[in-house]
Amino acid sequence: MAQGVKTDDLFETGLHSSLSRESMVLNLGPQHPATHGVLRVRLTLDGETVLHAEPVIGYLHTGFEKTAETHTYQQANTLTDRMDYLSPLTNNLAYVLAVEKLMGIEVPKRAQYIRVLFSELSRLGSHLVWLGTHVMDLGAMSVLFYCLRERELILDLIEQTAGVRMNPSYFRVGGLAYDLPEGFHENCQRFLDGFPKWMQSYKNLVQGNPLIEDRLKGVGRLSKEDALALSATGPILRASGVPMDLRKSDPYCFYDEFEFDVPVRTGGDSFDRFWVRMEEMEQSVRIMNQALAKIDPVGAYTTTDRKVSLPPREEIYGNMEALIHQFKLVSGGFNVPKGEVYQGVEGPKGEMGFYIVSDGGARPYRWRARTPSFYNLQTMPTMTRGGLVADVIVAIGTIDIVLGDVDK
Amino acid sequence: MGLNQDPVKSVEEQAAERGILTTTVEKMTHWAQKSSLWPATFGLACCAIEMINVTNSRFDLARFGMEVFRASPRQADLMIVAGRVSQKMAPVVRTVWEQMPEPKWVISMGACASSGGVFDNYAIVQGVDHVVPVDVYVPGCPPTPDALLFGILKLQEKITRGLPPKYRELAAAGGPA
Repeated sequence: MAQGVKTDDLFETGLHSSLSRESMVLNLGPQHPATHGVLRVRLTLDGETVLHAEPVIGYLHTGFEKTAETHTYQQANTLTDRMDYLSPLTNNLAYVLAVEKLMGIEVPKRAQYIRVLFSELSRLGSHLVWLGTHVMDLGAMSVLFYCLRERELILDLIEQTAGVRMNPSYFRVGGLAYDLPEGFHENCQRFLDGFPKWMQSYKNLVQGNPLIEDRLKGVGRLSKEDALALSATGPILRASGVPMDLRKSDPYCFYDEFEFDVPVRTGGDSFDRFWVRMEEMEQSVRIMNQALAKIDPVGAYTTTDRKVSLPPREEIYGNMEALIHQFKLVSGGFNVPKGEVYQGVEGPKGEMGFYIVSDGGARPYRWRARTPSFYNLQTMPTMTRGGLVADVIVAIGTIDIVLGDVDK
Repeated sequence: MGLNQDPVKSVEEQAAERGILTTTVEKMTHWAQKSSLWPATFGLACCAIEMINVTNSRFDLARFGMEVFRASPRQADLMIVAGRVSQKMAPVVRTVWEQMPEPKWVISMGACASSGGVFDNYAIVQGVDHVVPVDVYVPGCPPTPDALLFGILKLQEKITRGLPPKYRELAAAGGPA
């Protein structure tokens, strides 16, 4: 069993009933509606009581890290989208910031604000899917339909800007892929103005609802010490009483210019994790309102360094040098100076980071992703110990895993 | 009273005038089959999120009689493989498919399920048709819900026309199912 726990030790903990020393092993997944993908959990049970829950991962192992070594730096950006596919843009952000840090590129301030706006949109979209699916696991169908309805509006904003609904690769090394489309400010403002009302409608469905509160309160408790020891980040860590948020502690993209609170709770149970995420959604809207006001309708959206960023179309047709740059960038990519770098950002699920080693060429020598769900999933055995089988489902829901993020 | 009184009109036309529709048992079965496909919930990766979106109010899969996603493959007759299939997952996909009662169909959703997509590497099966017989391929990374709906309509068309599911086609040709 994982973490060196022997079945005999479990008998000694008193979790196991004294009448019977026979435990049952039950497989949950990998094809199960409540595991949010292809997670498999091997449960050791005494009746309904969970003695140990061991996550078995790898059913969605995609080989991102090895594949990236055969891609140029700009191409590898498309792989990051597909890790945590609920918030592709925060993955993009961590990756492009890491490469930019290694190359020492200055990105226009306007582009950074747009990045902030889209990161928060992504966070909101991710939390909406979490809210809908988690409450559905608890037995309420309708919340999911409301959440997906609003998520469609977010996807519309992303689609009109980047051309696709999911996996847009909108952030590029050096800036953004395209400028904002016409009418974006109005569309985005309309969404932001409407959101508090929708948020209230979700709250009306879940707040004070005895069925939901009974399923969450005191379930899946994770102490501050355990959360830190198991490398949990994001809402899980903040619900256990640690006010860690990279947007505050290690600001990137001018996050220090924005006014927002980091929701923290101290109980460490599923109920606290639930409400930390709910409050985060409101804070995201607050940040987006400020970011939208800061973004000028017209301006630079990418660096002017033509060794990194593609020249605009008009320039290519009239300028020999621009054509050469275009050809060089598309066929071979750009070289990144020798060195190594780590950059983390605060994704919706926790710290999303990239560690990149460059040997001076156009392709990364080593490309390592620190994905939040992988570390957060480690907290599940601790959370579910001594609980009921139904609480495992609650724990999986409040950890908010995405299997693409876990298995990489 | 004989039906075949008017030599110009067919029996079916005369029956239709009296409010009776005639068809063959086969056509009737196909019509019923295509109108009540029950998909198995089989989300693997990014495409699964778009598959969920297809059921929401904007795209409304229920219009095609398909909103009943079943968690158990034994109650489903359509498998939508939504996402990349890893080497570790491939045997599970096959097992789930084998557990589904016949007749059954498979939609391969997205570039990864259809061909491996951008992941031409050691970890991903280069197309789920190496593992299960696929009836309809839906391209895209991920396909939009509209694209998936189109794929589903294509499958319904196939069933209406009485074409056999892919695994039967393969079996008839002497190949492995």
